[in-house]
Amino acid sequence: MDKFLTFTIVGLTIAAIYAVIASGLVLTYTTTGIFNFAHGAAGMLFAFTYWQLRFDWGWPAPVALFVVLFILAPLFGVLLEAVIMRGLEGTTETVKLVVSISLLLFMIGLAQLIWKPGISRPMDNFYAQNPPINLGPTTITIHQAITIGIAIAVAITLRLVLTRLRIGIAMRAAVDDRPLSMLNGARPNRVSMLAWAMGTSLAALGGILIAPGIALDAPSLSLLIVSAYAAAIFGRLRSLPLTFLGAIVVGCAEGYLSGYLPQNQYLSGLRLAIPAIILFIVLLVLPNPRLRGRMTRSREFFPTPTIQGALYFAAAVVVIGVICATTMTDPDLITYGKVFSIGIVALSLVPLVGYSGQISLCQLSFAGIGAIVVAHLGHGGDPLAIVWAVLIAAAVGALVALPALRLSGIYLALGTAAFAVTLDRWVFTLPRLTVFGLFDVNLFESGSVSVDPLKFLGTTFDDPGSQMIMTAVAFALVSLLVIAIRRGRLGRRLLAMKDSEAACATLGLNLLGTKLTVFALSAGIAGLGGALYATQLTSITPNNFDLVSSLQIFALTVVGGIGAVGGALIGAASLLVLLPLIATLLPSIARWVVLFPGGAGIALGRNPNGAVHDIREGFAPLITSRKMMAAMTIGLAAVYALRLADVITNWPFVLISLAVIVAVTIVANLTQPRVVEAAAGVSEAELADVPLEWRGIDRAWTEADRDELDRRVGMSEAELHGVA
Amino acid sequence: MNVLELRGIHAAYDRIDVLFGVDLEVPESSVVALLGPNGAGKSTALRVAAGLHAPSSGDVLVAGRRVNGVRPEELARRGLCLIPEGRGIFPNLTVRENLRMMSYTGTSEAVIDERAFLRFPRLKERFTQTAGTLSGGEQQMLAMARGLATDPALLILDELSMGLAPIIVEELYEIVAQVAREGVSILVVEQFASTVLGVADFAAIIVHGRIARAGRPAELRDDLSKAYLGA
Repeated sequence: MDKFLTFTIVGLTIAAIYAVIASGLVLTYTTTGIFNFAHGAAGMLFAFTYWQLRFDWGWPAPVALFVVLFILAPLFGVLLEAVIMRGLEGTTETVKLVVSISLLLFMIGLAQLIWKPGISRPMDNFYAQNPPINLGPTTITIHQAITIGIAIAVAITLRLVLTRLRIGIAMRAAVDDRPLSMLNGARPNRVSMLAWAMGTSLAALGGILIAPGIALDAPSLSLLIVSAYAAAIFGRLRSLPLTFLGAIVVGCAEGYLSGYLPQNQYLSGLRLAIPAIILFIVLLVLPNPRLRGRMTRSREFFPTPTIQGALYFAAAVVVIGVICATTMTDPDLITYGKVFSIGIVALSLVPLVGYSGQISLCQLSFAGIGAIVVAHLGHGGDPLAIVWAVLIAAAVGALVALPALRLSGIYLALGTAAFAVTLDRWVFTLPRLTVFGLFDVNLFESGSVSVDPLKFLGTTFDDPGSQMIMTAVAFALVSLLVIAIRRGRLGRRLLAMKDSEAACATLGLNLLGTKLTVFALSAGIAGLGGALYATQLTSITPNNFDLVSSLQIFALTVVGGIGAVGGALIGAASLLVLLPLIATLLPSIARWVVLFPGGAGIALGRNPNGAVHDIREGFAPLITSRKMMAAMTIGLAAVYALRLADVITNWPFVLISLAVIVAVTIVANLTQPRVVEAAAGVSEAELADVPLEWRGIDRAWTEADRDELDRRVGMSEAELHGVA
Repeated sequence: MNVLELRGIHAAYDRIDVLFGVDLEVPESSVVALLGPNGAGKSTALRVAAGLHAPSSGDVLVAGRRVNGVRPEELARRGLCLIPEGRGIFPNLTVRENLRMMSYTGTSEAVIDERAFLRFPRLKERFTQTAGTLSGGEQQMLAMARGLATDPALLILDELSMGLAPIIVEELYEIVAQVAREGVSILVVEQFASTVLGVADFAAIIVHGRIARAGRPAELRDDLSKAYLGA
């Protein structure tokens, strides 16, 4: 009984911290509609700041607390709102999510930049030197009592602010109908700023309270707050009382489980995964909102890829692979060579997220499954192991999808993140175990597992050059598959589902089957990527497939353009080519490179279509002109020949090739006849080419169009002039 | 002096032009009706007037001063009160909280409650109820309450009748007429032309984003059917 009470107090203390953090999350979500994935990271950043002021510089605790909670954190919140979040109006949930995930990555990078990781930074509890208070059968430390007291105070204050103060009511009003709140004379920008200031302060408070109990480590502190998310989900991200209740349930569950779970090698990892598992269960058990029929307008637009464009793209990928493999040194190939295998993992996001709008943050976990399969079944380089990797990853993908199908949007993102955390904290770290006395399962052999190089068509892909070519070919083939899906029946279904699930359901589309198909397909592609990645690495550990890396790939692929295969390549290339390249070329700024993936994602709010959209528009005249394509091919072939003959070295080769591409593109752009012509001077025949409903969009609107429109809808000119 | 004046307003949604040089005046203490078929640009004209949509060219004047680029919340504080089409309420707030939101324009909360309950006693019964659970008519009353309680210089009503039973529409227009008699200027957009022409001092017909005809209601009755039906 005493033990139970002790665990209860531990659980309630955890609950109090989660409640504080989760209420901040709910506050920003309800007032701005943005689920801030970086909320925990903000708590982490200010826990570090507090440590800096209080323990490194020795400021008195009240001063340090005041500066962090009432000056720095609110200012940071205001800055976030004004610079980043305000620009997200009219973007899809995916873009909003990527921006906040990128913010999380950015803050982790920033914290690691300022506070070098790997150094112990102890933080004392509040009043650690005072004896605990005696409660009869058990005791409670002053830190615990303060924590619980703070949570209660936060609950009461928030309740009063949101229901009694006009500014609090205006916060909730802005969520209901932002334009209407403006028509009422409220200033929604100020209201959002206040919400973000308060939310960030609450995150900081939670971070400071939770940090003494665990190590001050940026990634784990940022993600540990997954449990706080579980509490917020209890309140469906809206209700504060339910959020507090959820925090108590989650906190106590964690307290009891860590107290009563037997100590053994299989369950030690489970302890770390408990929050994620609770989050997953909460997501599944709570009732879900019904299908919504409302279509949301967004600024995103992904055109259908053409067959010709797809073939050019695939050929270009293979050619790049061959050129790299034949010109680069082995160490360089090892550094940059994973771009296509990780690129395939990024490609798996295109049909799932880009086409069907289902967000998954666990693609690298599927890749990890593919890697494990190929490590265990691919002895001697058996290519069948790759097939198994795809099939098993697809099967696991379908299994994950089954419960996750009830979820959508932000809930699906959280569910898949919870799955990824469970896998990389617990399942991937499991020691050898026997399932039902039948299978002997040994995933990562409690550390790392070696992978044999692939043998296929009589070739052993055991050097980085041949692996580069092999993965480039695989990437090209998967790209063609993904484009074929987009152009086919399944692609149309996926796009329709993304636009309106309710409309699809009324048309008789099998939502369940479609979602299951796309999940399994995408997991299979990720599994293939993971398997090929593993054969390149030769030895894999769970760290190769953790959630933070998964988030980076996700964010950069969306930045590249999630609706197109080119976006996947840009995403993978910026992570695996651009970043190492910057670090090598400019060692002075190498430290700052950690900020890049986050920074790029944050910039996405400005251009939700991703980089590939602009790039494609720029190259469009080139691709449509045979003459120009031929000129470019000949030019590049000549430069390549010079490189192979060792007349030029690698750097001039790269620079001259780029110069050729840019020059031909510019010429193509200049010589290409304009597609959109001003209405003046266009012949009648040309006018007739543009369908009536596209006039004013595809070309300028003219008086003649108006008359024709009137005629077609049955209004004669005489009648019109009678009115006008 | 005109309470509101639109001069040569052009407006577009992305690349689609909607308004082509709209001129419209709302003189002091008068009711102006803006009529026209679906998609003619009525609501867009109102959105431009209220600062919710930036015109691509042309001027918006409120009480003789150019207000292009002034944010909608500032216009609201200067007495321009737009009741948007649909239900102009916050469905997740209570009636009490909805009424409190109206106090940003400067009228005290006590005065707002008093005036709202005087005109719509039903709202008092529903004071602590979540607004989204009110009936359609009650929701429109709550929306209208803002126009009545905050002393606007100009009340702009967009499709007051949308989705409501005719008898409730009639009731609401009686209130509009009463507000107008008290000297508040009103700009009203409505598809039910006959209802609104009974109240209006002036009317304008908008077709294809242009003012096709403007004048006294009596002069326009004949043109209306042409504008709507092309008959």
